[in-house]
Amino acid sequence: MMKSSVIVFPGSNCDRDIAVALKKLQFKNSMIWHKETELPKSDLIVVPGGFSYGDYLRSGAIAAKSNILSEVISAGKKGSLILGICNGFQILIECGLLKGALLRNSGLKFISKDIRVKILSNKSKFFKKYKSGEILKLNIAHNEGNYFTSKKHLDELENNELIPIKYCDETGNINLKSNPNGSINNIAGIFNNKKNILGMMPHPERMSDKILSNEDGLGLFLSLMN
Amino acid sequence: MKFAVTITLKKDVLDPQGKVVGQTLKNIGIKNLNSIRQGKFFEVDLEESDQKKGEAKVKEMCEKLLANQIIEDFQIEKI
Repeated sequence: MMKSSVIVFPGSNCDRDIAVALKKLQFKNSMIWHKETELPKSDLIVVPGGFSYGDYLRSGAIAAKSNILSEVISAGKKGSLILGICNGFQILIECGLLKGALLRNSGLKFISKDIRVKILSNKSKFFKKYKSGEILKLNIAHNEGNYFTSKKHLDELENNELIPIKYCDETGNINLKSNPNGSINNIAGIFNNKKNILGMMPHPERMSDKILSNEDGLGLFLSLMN
Repeated sequence: MKFAVTITLKKDVLDPQGKVVGQTLKNIGIKNLNSIRQGKFFEVDLEESDQKKGEAKVKEMCEKLLANQIIEDFQIEKI
């Protein structure tokens, strides 16, 4: 049985949604409060979405300095699978596990809506149950999702299949019009170099049951189940 | 000893908030405005009498938490 840990901060609000999705697939899941200093042995660590510490200073900046994050960082460096969604992505960036920055949306508005992403590469533990080129309908809900990085790092991401998903329109066009937040090259999620750490702005857990409109996000969790 | 810390977005990072503020200033009739960049300001009160040591401490604060050096620059000033 796969074991997962979901980290919970004051202000996390997608922690239970992800727990429901994981339990549906029979993951043995533990909720880990940020003050804990030890992580149980886990096949997957999830840093969930929400507004940890009210987005004070910069989104994710305070959570990145919490007790449990030092455990998450060392697990990530040892190769554990880590998934950061939305605020979780922001936290993984602030703690240095992922490179780049998430700036304020270019339109200056908080965006909460269903969008489409295209799977650029399924060659990873997180996306192997999808087909490359597949278009997913997922949900985004963020104010700082505008991914930015240096030209050098961007080339590294593009050339090494470290961008699994990009924002697109219903027919799969990746362009300015299908870019909701100004993210460079329409990036919706990135990997670290070893592809064991994934950060993404869209919420797969919100699209993991038919009762929640569709199951497009479920493949991500299915992929992780060996 | 007190220090002022100003944090601004790096020159080549887009600042949509500053842009909107600048556009609004133009709209209300402010003339000769080239551009506006928005930033953050911190007032740090330190138990320290040596200015050099104080500055080093504030620099450490900026590097470790106050600024995200990938996108932001910081400036420290004694006040």
